[in-house]
Amino acid sequence: MTAPALGLQKTPLNAAHHRMGGRMVDFGGWEMPVQYPAGTIEEHLRTRTHAGLFDVSHMGEIDVRGPGSIAFINSITSNDASKLIDGQAQYSALTTPEGTVIDDLLVYRFAADQLTLVVNAGTTIKDWDWVASQSRDESVELKNVSSEFCQLALQGPDALEILQKLTDLPLEDIKYYHFDQGGVDGVPAIVSRTGYTGEDGFEVYAAADKAEQLWDKILDVGNTGSPEGLLPCGLAARNTLRLEAALALYGHEIDETTTLLEANLGWICKFNKGDFVGRAALAKQKQEGLMRRLVGFEITERGIARDGQEVVVEGAKVGRVTSGSPAPFLKNNIGLAYVPVAFAGGGQQIHIDVRGRLVAAQIVKTPFYKRVR
Amino acid sequence: MANVPENLHYSKDHEWVRVEGDIAVVGITDYAQNSLGDVVYVELPKVGEEFAANESFGSVESVKAVSEVFSPVSGTVAEVNEVLNDEPEKVNGDSYGEGWMIKVRMSNSGEVDSLLTAAEYEDFTKAETE
Repeated sequence: MTAPALGLQKTPLNAAHHRMGGRMVDFGGWEMPVQYPAGTIEEHLRTRTHAGLFDVSHMGEIDVRGPGSIAFINSITSNDASKLIDGQAQYSALTTPEGTVIDDLLVYRFAADQLTLVVNAGTTIKDWDWVASQSRDESVELKNVSSEFCQLALQGPDALEILQKLTDLPLEDIKYYHFDQGGVDGVPAIVSRTGYTGEDGFEVYAAADKAEQLWDKILDVGNTGSPEGLLPCGLAARNTLRLEAALALYGHEIDETTTLLEANLGWICKFNKGDFVGRAALAKQKQEGLMRRLVGFEITERGIARDGQEVVVEGAKVGRVTSGSPAPFLKNNIGLAYVPVAFAGGGQQIHIDVRGRLVAAQIVKTPFYKRVR
Repeated sequence: MANVPENLHYSKDHEWVRVEGDIAVVGITDYAQNSLGDVVYVELPKVGEEFAANESFGSVESVKAVSEVFSPVSGTVAEVNEVLNDEPEKVNGDSYGEGWMIKVRMSNSGEVDSLLTAAEYEDFTKAETE
């Protein structure tokens, strides 16, 4: 309710958010729209049924160049970057020697000697310092190019049709987790078939000074303002969309106290690719077995779980909610939590301590929401 | 700007009070519902519970956040708006009407005089947004 503090960082779309009535909040040091006048529920539903447009320009980008790029990235991330081909992207993580998570990120391969790491906004400086400190190969050049780019995420079943009106790139041919480069409304752009909502969609990267042109044009061709048109969406809808899809959010499901295996991210731990930071610790944990695991739960009575609340089983505190919220599309109340593996099975009855009241819930399979392809 | 009806009393926690004899009808203001966003859940007390002035009597939740709601006056809960269990969105749609939350049988009706008038509340919200 109070105006954002001075000194917040702003994306190139800051003026557009204000102009369009976005409610601006401090998000990890960035002044960002938490919602637009349509409201979080409508923004969420429109993204599931038609399309939503998100400003994600606050994300960081680190360029990695030179002949040793892939070997370097493979030494500090858990997934196998050598498997990428030109024009492909990969979900991966920067890991600590303990196998916990410095950040999750996307690795984009433009060429064998030219890759980009796309990292979270709030961790960009930490990631940059860590990545730079790990580089000992003089053939690898690193550059923090975060401020040069804007990033727009166009998500939802109508995303392809909308974006195709502005580009000659054959969008249908860009496979999931691949990208292409070309003009969008005449602006040189990277168009990537990725996203964070559980829907089909694209993320468009372009020069920061073209952000407003692209934002306005995409909304325009998306028939924003009509009942089935494209809606600009804020961070609250982005959060509920990713939670329904059970996608991890840094600082919630994953951080430097949680390992990738505990977070169900074993699929991005490639033990056979050679050594990487945290490999030994993760291999040991895999062999010895997990003590706790991230699970999804659904509230089975009245009440909404929130981040940080305790999970209770038979009167004992056994874990903690990492994300809890109403699910606008599923129309129930859901969450993610760490619990001991003994209580991690589907159907397990648990309680969430909601401000002193024990609210019944049960563990369910994730993702909560999966789109019909 | 937010709607602030003349005939009500207001708290600095953004509740309104309408006096009907010794009963105070309590809800949250248009300004408050707008700040919260889509209301998805309202937790209300039981009839017969007692609250002191400024004590929390329940909570109202949007997709994003939980806010406590405070009783602007002391007294006993005479009635709660059960409709909000199934239709919490009435808090957004009609915050001064069908979105009312509780009726309190006041133990000290003089407390109403210390609440803000409509004009005072309007100034208060303006100062808060600046």
